[in-house]
Amino acid sequence: MGTIRLKYDIPANDFITAGEASSNVKNKLTQIGLSSDIIKKAAIAMYEAEINAVIHGNGGYAYVEISDYKVVINIVDFGPGIPDLDLAMQEGYSTAPDNIREMGFGAGMGLPNMKKYADKLEVFTKVGKGTKIIITVNF
Amino acid sequence: MRLGYIAEILDAQVICGGEFLELEVTAGCGSDLMSDVMAYVTENVILLTGLINLQVIRTAEMMDIKAIIFVRGKLPIDSMIELAREKNIVLMSTKLSMFIACGRLYNAGLQGKS
Repeated sequence: MGTIRLKYDIPANDFITAGEASSNVKNKLTQIGLSSDIIKKAAIAMYEAEINAVIHGNGGYAYVEISDYKVVINIVDFGPGIPDLDLAMQEGYSTAPDNIREMGFGAGMGLPNMKKYADKLEVFTKVGKGTKIIITVNF
Repeated sequence: MRLGYIAEILDAQVICGGEFLELEVTAGCGSDLMSDVMAYVTENVILLTGLINLQVIRTAEMMDIKAIIFVRGKLPIDSMIELAREKNIVLMSTKLSMFIACGRLYNAGLQGKS
């Protein structure tokens, strides 16, 4: 199999379409015939990152590369950046406003869940510029 | 535990996915926080929640959750039912509170992993 490259726009503050990119990638991984455990790891990690880009990041895009051995998911947003990454990685720490909590998110589990399910998680962030998350899941 | 039996125990109305009531599940997760749900990964799990929005269905989709039970008589909106049908997810609604619904299922033997 050659490398499959997928690109999606993530619209800002749009809770209706949020998750569509992750859903699409989950379908692609299912079509390839990977085990459900691996698919779930990639789908949950990407979904959390996608939701974060919608909630915090003013939207952005997802760029996904699926090769024979792994899937690499890049989620890039142009939001405010993360001032204290160590704090953001702590379970339960959240800066999400009340309207996001009412949606069932903002529990401070986004980044910890990404770390839990990704085989490798890289976070590049700059205050005032944005955040890039790279999630790798090995097959 | 069979989904049909769960509907009986909770006196729940089946909103969609009635054709999947023979499916068996082994664990349950009760939460209104979707990220907490996603921290708990296991196979053949049902979700009990009082949260009504499309991301509840998306969360279930990502986690391969087969059935969602809305507590306190809450009913899903049309876009949720539509997405659940597309993803073969069973939706039910019970008038019971979260605590009572979880308690009844646990008592009936749906205990899952701790």
